[in-house]
Amino acid sequence: MKLSHVMLGAASALAISTAVYAEDKITVVSWGGAYTKSQVEAYHKPWIAKTGNQIVSEDYNGGLAEIKAQVEAGNVTWDIVDVEYSDAIRGCDEGLLEEIDPSILPAGADGTPAMDDFIEGAVTDCAVSNIVWSTIFAYDTTKVSGVEGISDFFDLDKFPGKRGIRKNPKANLEMALMADGVPAAEVYDMLETDEGVDRAFAKLDTIKDSVVWWEAGAQPPQLLADGEVLMTTAYNGRIFNAAAGEGQPFEVNWDGQILDFDLWVIPKGSPNKEAAMDFLTFSTETEQLAAQASWIAYGPARKSSGALVGLYNDGKTEMAPHMPTAADNLGNALVNNFEFWADNQDELNERFAAWLAQ
Amino acid sequence: MALPIYASTGERIWYYTFRVICALIFIFLITPILIIIPLSFNAQPYFSITEGMLRLDPEAYSLRWYADIFRNGMAAPDATEGWWADMWANAQWVRAMKNSFVIGFFATLLATGFGTLAAIGLSRSEMPYRGLIMSILISPMIVPLVITAAGMFYFYSQIGLSQTKFGVILAHAALGTPFVIITVTATLVGFDKSLVRAAASMGADPVRTFFKIQMPLILPGVISGGLFAFITSFDEVVAVLFLASPEDRTIPRQMFSGIREQISPTILAVATILVIISIGLLTMVEILRRRSERMRGLTPS
Amino acid sequence: MADMTALDSGVMMAADGTPLKKKLKQALFLSRVRAFALVAPLLLFILASFIVPIVMLLWQGVHNDTYTKNMPLSAKALYEWDGQSDPTESMAEALVADLVVARDNKTIGRVATRVNREYSGTRSLFTKSARSAAKMEAPFLEALIDKDKDWADIEVWKAMKIASKSYTPAFYAAAVDMTYNADGSFERVEEQGRIYVKLFLRTFMVSLVVTLACFVLGFPVAYLLSTLPMRTSNLLMILVLLPFWTSLLVRTTAWIAMLQSQGILNNIFVAVGITSDDARFSLIYNMTGTLIAMTHILLPFMILPLYSVMRGISPSYVRAAKSLGATNWTAFWRVYFPATIPGIGAGALLVFILSIGYYITPALVGGQNGTLISNFIADHMQKTLNWSLAAALGGLLLASVLILYWIYDKVVGIDNMKLG
Repeated sequence: MKLSHVMLGAASALAISTAVYAEDKITVVSWGGAYTKSQVEAYHKPWIAKTGNQIVSEDYNGGLAEIKAQVEAGNVTWDIVDVEYSDAIRGCDEGLLEEIDPSILPAGADGTPAMDDFIEGAVTDCAVSNIVWSTIFAYDTTKVSGVEGISDFFDLDKFPGKRGIRKNPKANLEMALMADGVPAAEVYDMLETDEGVDRAFAKLDTIKDSVVWWEAGAQPPQLLADGEVLMTTAYNGRIFNAAAGEGQPFEVNWDGQILDFDLWVIPKGSPNKEAAMDFLTFSTETEQLAAQASWIAYGPARKSSGALVGLYNDGKTEMAPHMPTAADNLGNALVNNFEFWADNQDELNERFAAWLAQ
Repeated sequence: MALPIYASTGERIWYYTFRVICALIFIFLITPILIIIPLSFNAQPYFSITEGMLRLDPEAYSLRWYADIFRNGMAAPDATEGWWADMWANAQWVRAMKNSFVIGFFATLLATGFGTLAAIGLSRSEMPYRGLIMSILISPMIVPLVITAAGMFYFYSQIGLSQTKFGVILAHAALGTPFVIITVTATLVGFDKSLVRAAASMGADPVRTFFKIQMPLILPGVISGGLFAFITSFDEVVAVLFLASPEDRTIPRQMFSGIREQISPTILAVATILVIISIGLLTMVEILRRRSERMRGLTPS
Repeated sequence: MADMTALDSGVMMAADGTPLKKKLKQALFLSRVRAFALVAPLLLFILASFIVPIVMLLWQGVHNDTYTKNMPLSAKALYEWDGQSDPTESMAEALVADLVVARDNKTIGRVATRVNREYSGTRSLFTKSARSAAKMEAPFLEALIDKDKDWADIEVWKAMKIASKSYTPAFYAAAVDMTYNADGSFERVEEQGRIYVKLFLRTFMVSLVVTLACFVLGFPVAYLLSTLPMRTSNLLMILVLLPFWTSLLVRTTAWIAMLQSQGILNNIFVAVGITSDDARFSLIYNMTGTLIAMTHILLPFMILPLYSVMRGISPSYVRAAKSLGATNWTAFWRVYFPATIPGIGAGALLVFILSIGYYITPALVGGQNGTLISNFIADHMQKTLNWSLAAALGGLLLASVLILYWIYDKVVGIDNMKLG
């Protein structure tokens, strides 16, 4: 009796220890702040509960530099990274990312096959999108009223005051052209020409002296709250969280918004590739994507998630109208053309820097 | 430079104007450092002194930003059970603090060890190619940090050292050695060689001579060189920006992204703590310097 | 001595019978070896952890084999091409063969990025063509043009020819706003794209202004400290040393708190009526902020060497000048000031060298027009991943710093560098 007791105890101890040993620990890297929080709530916690694995959550500022350094050194410590579209494409082309077999992605909750369920362009060779976000402009409603559209953002006569703009040509050139009256569908064709680029810079010139430049996504709500700027471009989710979460009187204007994807990628040679793949498929299932939308106002990359999007975590704000993909918000919207930027960003970055330095 | 009694009116005016100018410059030097201390106790999330603070209203002051240092990043900041373990393991600033000390400690060890030996060698008159070697060894202090960090990022990536703590330690050790060499060399200047000869003539072997005669005399220099190396590592952010993985972030790195992304008075609270640390280090270096000068029979300056 | 050795039948002997001269030489050699052995560990350490990395990086500025390594056949074909005539079928064949391999090896992205730097807008031309390259059949030139009409553009082929040279001045040319053409000539880039020369000039200007400001502020303070009684001056010295020992990040943060538009200085200005609430001064996130913060951070590096030189100037010189009839000004300008020049040289060079490579403060408070060349080097290393251009810019910056370092060594001597 006693002996068997001991044996049993040892066996169970062994079982526990092997179970612990079998557990995986993956490092998930994302953009920090409210955005990472939404992922922790919607993806990390349920995945940990389901698999018993562990997650180390890290923040970074985007870009491929760290991934490239890790892969080329053969010392990969990041297992899954949330990247921008252009980086996902470029990293894949340069062999820095693991390829992802789309057949591992489960069908939507409503039975739609995965490849039909994801929004077009959301799944690439090396990346699977989780959210659709957008660059919009926003303002404090206690100080500004009667804003009609993107042209007002560039109109210093109508709304005198400072403007916050991201220190990067991306999205700014497009917005400048749309403010100048170019229809969304023609923006990228126009930017392919020298005259189009000149026209965009000329439009930016009209407000250049009143611009406060920002670089990190957390800055624009802060700039508005501190009264440093009257209006600012921003990522829509950050403004929503400041408004709904912190009660700031901020309003998003969707005219001229520029939609973009964020995607999961797995650096080549990730030591926990299988667990990372499992996390990737799990987090991009219909329910998880819908759940994330209750923490931040970014649109799920699956169509089937749309129906499940409910209330913000304050329990009263309806999320659907705050999604970049809501029909009402798409009146004058542009989808970021990653190929245009992959081709032209070197030249336009330099021109933008030269323009700034003038 | 007391004003002589026969000074003319013009001289008197200039004398006081000059003092006022100097006072203003001292204010310029010190105000920014002192101003962050009251600001870090602000109850409001702003970077300015509120009216309540001027009235010395206790309501206007709070320790919330200091609490924030510990709470940021914790899994459950309001839980009572396991709070300490959680804080120690997860709080961002605490982790940064741990990284800073670990990296600083090992970098200092490397820099001080190599640097002291080298300084002793360099101070010998027989040293060949002295000028050339000295300028190579001092160069980490002169080469722009961006170039150093970029080079290390490029090279260390290829040999698997980037994104590791060890890589950052190597980088900081290299950056810290010039300070060790300069301070130790300074204590070796005017070192009386006859002391060594006296020890030898009384039968001490070179090792014994080193530990009994040379070591005690240069020790203050070694320690202050070590402190310089430590503060260099503790304050360095460019190499960390390039080489460290997110889990190896140090305090300045954490402050850098804090300033870039979301300025909150928590940064001021951390800054206040750092100011106190630097006051402590400064005091130690000063005491050591005077001690060393006394030991070598110089008048302290 | 010479006479004596001559007398003693030529050579003086040591106790063990070896000639003394030889013995002395041996001893001297041994002590040289011993001294060197003490320095060797650090020298090796610095070479391996510091010098080698920098040299390796700078090498990238003149050597980039992305194209040759990943597109060997095409590189060879381009080498034989004169860069003027129409692209030939054999060039196209080599290109298609390489594209297939590059796509399989997942290196096509690197190749595309490399060519795109020479001719903007061609990146997708490569990645797209590589996707269908395996299915292409002879004649390949037509197949390529069928896929994308841009292949008919000779500029694309010229860009490839430039990229296919592993040893290239293209990046150094780009670092001074020039383009390197396929025929080996250089030309300036268009007006709106010129940036780096401007940045280098701005970096030098900022360094100069900061050095001047440090001198103007540092000189009176150092003078005061050197003339006060030791006890008082030691006390006041703390005000100089404390900033010196305080973290750069802390001081930068402090200046943000002081200068931002809702910050302390602006609040004071509004309170005393210098400006109105809605017309607050922009003191930070621009050149003003960069200059103020950098001056504050580098001021101790000026004061400390000035102070140690001024301490050594005997007050009797000035007294002697005055007793000989010099006015206060003449005594100062003709007697005292020249004696301080070594200190000014040391401080100014140190401040200038440090500010020319400044990165953190401009990155945090520089805003639109306060960023310097270092910030662009970091950007090219971390964001655009154009390491070769970063290396070229870094090479130019390093060269200017090393020249100054050499001057510093000649004027001041590295041995005389002092801290605290």
